[in-house]
Order: sequence, then C-alpha cells, then structure tokens
Amino acid sequence: MSCCGDAAAGRQTLDLPAQMRERAREDDLRRASSEPSPGRLQTVWVVPDMHCIACIRSIEKAVGALAHVEAVRANLSRRLVSVTWRTDEGSALAIDHALDALGFAHTVFEPGDGSSAAVEARGRQLLLCLAVAGFASANIMLLSVSVWSGAVEETARLFHLISALIAVPAVAYAGRPFFTSALTALSARRLNMDVPISLAVILALAMSIFETLAGDGDAYFDAAVTLLFFLLIGRYLDHLMRIKARAAVDRLARLAAKSALVLGEDGETTVVPVTEVLAGARLRVLPGERVPVDGVVIDGASDIDRSLVTGESEPVVIAKDGRLEAGVLNLTGVIDMVATADADHSFLAEINRMMAAAERGRSAYIRVADRMAQIYAPAVHLLALVTFIGWTIVGGGDWVNALTIAIAVLIITCPCALGLAVPVAHVVAANRLFADGILMRDGAAIERLARIDAVVFDKTGTLTLGQPKVSELEGELPAKWRPVLRALASRSSHPAAKAIADFLQPGPQAELDAINEKPGFGVEARYQGKRVRLGRPGWVGAPQLTGVTFRFGDGDSVGFKLADVMRPGARETVGALKAGGVKVELVSGDHGDAVAAAAAEADVGTFIAGATPAQKIERIHALQHDGRNVLMVGDGLNDGPALTAADVSMAPAAASDVGRMAADFVLVRPDLTGVARAHETALQTGRVVRQNFAIALIYNCIAVPMAMAGGVTPLIAAIAMSASSVLVIANSLRLNWRGGLPETVDFRSAEAAAVAVPARLEAAR
Amino acid sequence: MNNLIFLIPVALGLGLLGLAAFVWSLHTNQYDDLDGAAQRILDDDDGPEETTS
Repeated sequence: MSCCGDAAAGRQTLDLPAQMRERAREDDLRRASSEPSPGRLQTVWVVPDMHCIACIRSIEKAVGALAHVEAVRANLSRRLVSVTWRTDEGSALAIDHALDALGFAHTVFEPGDGSSAAVEARGRQLLLCLAVAGFASANIMLLSVSVWSGAVEETARLFHLISALIAVPAVAYAGRPFFTSALTALSARRLNMDVPISLAVILALAMSIFETLAGDGDAYFDAAVTLLFFLLIGRYLDHLMRIKARAAVDRLARLAAKSALVLGEDGETTVVPVTEVLAGARLRVLPGERVPVDGVVIDGASDIDRSLVTGESEPVVIAKDGRLEAGVLNLTGVIDMVATADADHSFLAEINRMMAAAERGRSAYIRVADRMAQIYAPAVHLLALVTFIGWTIVGGGDWVNALTIAIAVLIITCPCALGLAVPVAHVVAANRLFADGILMRDGAAIERLARIDAVVFDKTGTLTLGQPKVSELEGELPAKWRPVLRALASRSSHPAAKAIADFLQPGPQAELDAINEKPGFGVEARYQGKRVRLGRPGWVGAPQLTGVTFRFGDGDSVGFKLADVMRPGARETVGALKAGGVKVELVSGDHGDAVAAAAAEADVGTFIAGATPAQKIERIHALQHDGRNVLMVGDGLNDGPALTAADVSMAPAAASDVGRMAADFVLVRPDLTGVARAHETALQTGRVVRQNFAIALIYNCIAVPMAMAGGVTPLIAAIAMSASSVLVIANSLRLNWRGGLPETVDFRSAEAAAVAVPARLEAAR
Repeated sequence: MNNLIFLIPVALGLGLLGLAAFVWSLHTNQYDDLDGAAQRILDDDDGPEETTS
C-alpha cells in the first residue's frame, strides 16, 4: 500500500488508513484499560442508550459470547459496561465491534486521574457515618423517651449511662467529617459552620457525661447524636448531587486524540501516545482525526476545521508549510506534518496553563454558608460567654450552673437548620436543573450564577450550532440529479457536504466511479461516463454562482448557499436575560462579518470579533473590573481560559473536552434557553436559601432567650431542633414547584444525540 | 420493672445487627447499581450460569 506522495490524489484516503485506524483504536482502548491480573485487561465502555433489562441482557449475552471475554457486567445506573478479557486470545476491538453490531452508541470510559476513586471513598465513608449516627440516635432516643416519660432516680441514671456508652463511640466515628473540616478551617484561621457544630456536639457530650456521673441534671446525648444524623443527611445529599452530575458529564466524555501516527524514515507508521511525541517528529494525520501537536505541513493538503480551537466557523484549506494547532480537526485529505512542539508545549498545553492561572481568581469566592458562619459563629460564642458571665454574677459565683446554661445555649444554637439550609436547597435545585437538561458540576456554582449581571457568549457552537445548513438554492435542482448529488456529498466529511446531504435527506444513491476529493476545492466523480463535481464555483466551472456548486458534466449547475444556523432559543434567551437586567455581549474568534450577523440575529448589542483566548480573558477581566459578575457561555478549546476566568460558566454538551471540563454547568438540551432557565432557577434557589436562613434565625430568636434564661430542657431542645430542620427541608422542596419557562423541546433524546457525535467521530477514524 | 431490663441489650443487639447488615451490604458493592438491580429482578431467564464479575 503506497502511502506517500500526492495526498491530494484523495482516493487513497478511502482505503489506506483502515488498518492503521484499527491499530490506533486498539491501542487507545488498551491504554484506557486497567489490568486486574497479568494477561487480563478490564475495559469499561459508556453505553448511554442502555435503558432496560433487555438492553443489559443483550449486551451481556453478546459480549459474554466472545471467546476471550472472561466476565462482563453492565451497570445501569452509570450506563457502564465493564468487560474483563484475556489479552492473548483476542482484542478489545472485537468487543467494540460486538457493541457496534448491537447498535448501541458507545465510547470507552476513562477512569481519569483517580480522583473519582477518592470521591467514591468519601461517599462510602459518609454513608457509614450516617448509618452509625442513625443507629445511635434511634437507640438513644428510645432511652431518652423513657426518661422524659417519667423514669427517675436510678433508672434514669442507668439509661443515661447506657446512652453515654452508645453516644461516645458513635460521635467519635460519625463526627469525623465535621471535626476534620472544623480543624482545617481553624488551622487556616477561618471559621466555617463546622466549628460551632463540632463545638456544640463535643460540649453537649462532655456536659452530659459530667451530669450523669455527678448524679443528677439533664443529659443531651440524644441532641448531640440526632444533630449529627440530620447534618450527615445534608452532607450525603450534597455528595450524591455531585456524583450524579459527575456521572452525567462522564457519560459525555469522548475519546480525544490520545495517540499519534509517527512516520518513520521508511514510510512506515507507528502508533505512539501523544505524550511521547517530540518536537521534530514526522506525523501523519488521517481525515477525521484531530491534529495531536502543533506543527507545520510538509506534504499533502486538506480542509481543516478549526472551529473548536479558534472559533472560525468556516474550514480553511491547509497545504504545504501551513501551520496547524493541536486539536484542529482534519476533514478531507491525508497530511504529513513535522511537530514543532511536543505535547507539553502545544497549543493545548498553553490553554491549560492559561486556565490554571485564571482558576486562582475564582477560588476567592466564599460560599454563602461560610459567609453566614463568619457572622454566626462568633455571635453564638459571644452569646454563650455573656450567658456564662451573667449567670455567674446573678448566681453569686455558682459557676457550675452558669456553665451548664451556657452550654445549653451553644447546643440550642447549634446550626442544625443552617447546616441543612444550603445543601438541601442546592440538591433540590440540582434535581430541577437536571430535569431541565442542565447538569450542575458544583454546588457553589448556583450561588455564583444567582449573582451575575453580565453574560458573555461565544459564537461558533454556542450561539450558533457550529454546523452549516443549506439556507438557499441558486438555480434549479432537477430530481434526476438528487441520487448523484447524494452519493457525491456522502463521500466527503466536509461540513458543507454534510449540510447538502442533510438537505437532500436520505434516499437512493447513484453508482459513482473514480471518486476523488480535492482538499480546498471539492469532490468529483464519474457518473455514466460524465464528470460530476461538487465544490467551489470556480473549480466546478460556474464562477457566476457564490455558494457550494454542483455541476453535471459540462451542463447546468446549481449552487447551495450555506449559513451557520442559530441555536434554537438564542434570541429568546438573550431577550430574557436582558429583561432581567443582565448585560449581554458576544466575543468570538470568528471573522467580523460572521460575528456581526450572528449578533444581529440574536439581538446582542455589543460584540467583539477575532478575539484570541487571551483577549477573551481580558474582556472578562475588564467587565469584572467594572464590578460585574460575569457568566461565560462557550464551547471551544479557545474558550477554556475564559470559562475558567469568568465567575461562572456554561458549555453545551457538544463542547470540546476542555470546554466541558472548565464549565460549571453543561447544557444537555440542544437549545439555548437552558441559560435563562438555569439563571432563573439560581435566583429562586437564592431566595429559598435566604428564606431558610430566615427560618433558622426566627427559631434562634425564640430559642436563644429561653436558653439564656435557663429554661431549656433536653426535651425542648430535641423538639425545637427537629422542627426547624423539617421546616427548612419543606421550604427547600418548594423549589420543585414548577414555574418559569414552558418546556419547548424534547431534550431527553438530545442527550443521546450529544453522545452520538463523538461516536460518529470515532467511526470516521 | 427490673425483670424487663433484659430488653435493653436485646434492643441494642438488634440495632447492631441491622447496622452490621448495612455495613456488609455496603462493602459487597450492593449499592453500586441500584437501577440495574431493580431491572435484573424482572429477568426470569434462569438459563446457564451468566458470566458476572
């Protein structure tokens, strides 16, 4: 198989790389696998369309039937299929093909940097703490109820002793998440909610033990343990929300260029991981692949889609000596290039560095709960101190009694409702967003979203779909041309050809010979002895037309005018945001005319065209400098730094990996109204959180004077604390009551579509 | 009253039993795929031993 020479001869792109592609794919699959024991690999696939027992059964049966597969297990909750197979008897590609044959879209799942294991371990620990706290609080409450209902003297004392025996180990175990967090905060000289919580629990326990041993008085064992139980529920819900969003985002993960084809002296190619490509290496990039590192073309020519990298919506033609950035997509021809930088110094790495730098600004944000804690904690401790001093004076130096009452104040003010106020509201909001097709990756993001007063949109792929559609026909399109045109358009992966194929809709295709794609010009073929061409008007021979032109033989021609289509709901979203008093801007890397047209169509007043990633950050910083809180909505690699620099960010599901990982919210729905919906939900959540704080405050206003007056008994403490928690939870659940924008699209199928995009990309490899 | 005292260790023992059962189920990964478990019970194909991990 000859691979060198004139790549523009195009035809070879259709059959040459099949083997190489398979090798590269097998390599990628193996690299994503883990090795549970020597000679065995465990590979995990994401199968988003797996819905029911029939799907599970067919996948487990078909894959399990392969001779080299040892075990296969489908996980329906996470839509994962994990397969253990023997490496000496077969390939990962065979399993991949088996999934293909079943018709399930799939991508290989990469466990990532090991952080997901840490998150899982944390969830497990929280659940164990929750179980221990639940067990302890149930049993202690049982004993407490008997004390309240009249057990006295020896019996009460015995019950208290048993309670202490349960409570001390339970608190020591289940309280760890709070104690460690409080210690971390204190050692950084900060205060968070966990400080008063830990203090109240420990003091309540200590005082109760003292009272029990001293013989009389009240014991707060039940309060200390139930408190932990309630708060752990809040913590665990918060954790679950994160897991859910994370799993959904993982489901969108696609296989990026992880390997490169290195060209040896003899023209042979070898598959090498991208990280091992050095500057000066000669690489081959096949159509449908992304360029792995920065470089210069030495041979061949092709159309290059740079939209994810620079924001340019139109593919550009690259020939010898043309420069390529890492991450751009090669559309039509085979190109050979020389790497000018290794992976660590490529465009992509540069973007990552800019993102790391921008990240520092955002960490300055303090979560609402922690802001509250900074006022609340000192206030509570001050109140307890005042109580202690006051009662010492009133009681004529009876400091033991004064201390008991001061501790009762601390217990009653322990921010149980406050600890639940934020996480419960966030969990409910996240579920509502989830139902709306918006994934929230971080709980604090919704607080930041509620504060925004400026939105910066990217154009290509965000405000627009990033794929051209046929908008207008120039001339007549006779019905007999359609099969020819369909066959011709389907042979190219150029977006214009795809747009025309979409426009024609699936149907009969004509038999073509000698199909040849000329990068930068178009495709040509022979049909019944006549030459048919689809491409640039000048090349086709119809220079009077302007769009992509088709010419049948030497006869008539027809032109297709293409336009990048606006994302549905763009105008409505911009309108809704403006009505809410938010400043809307458009900052794009694309050319002036295209940006101006999109800005006019979406009714965005201010726009900046031709912006580099650095200029995008500058614009956001300028807005922030004016005291604005900025939301960035973007999808491309070039938006990555801007997404990180903004106060809060969103990306469509079809965004680049970098864009999606940098964004706080991922829009799974195909239209843009998700931006307005999320903003509205964020505002409502903010209101509910404030109401929750108000409820907690009212409770404190009633309970604290009672406690300071020394009138609180353990029974009152238990009832009051539970009541305020239940109120706060009930109030948060109100967020589920629908309101706002009516539902317009069925985005549930769009989740599958969003995943199908990467699957299609891989099929092209 | 005193002859009812044996109820306390019994209550505690039962509680601990429940806790132990929960910890065991957690450690044997029974909470990893709740949706899948809900569906698998509907499957009445008791054919040859499935390959499972």
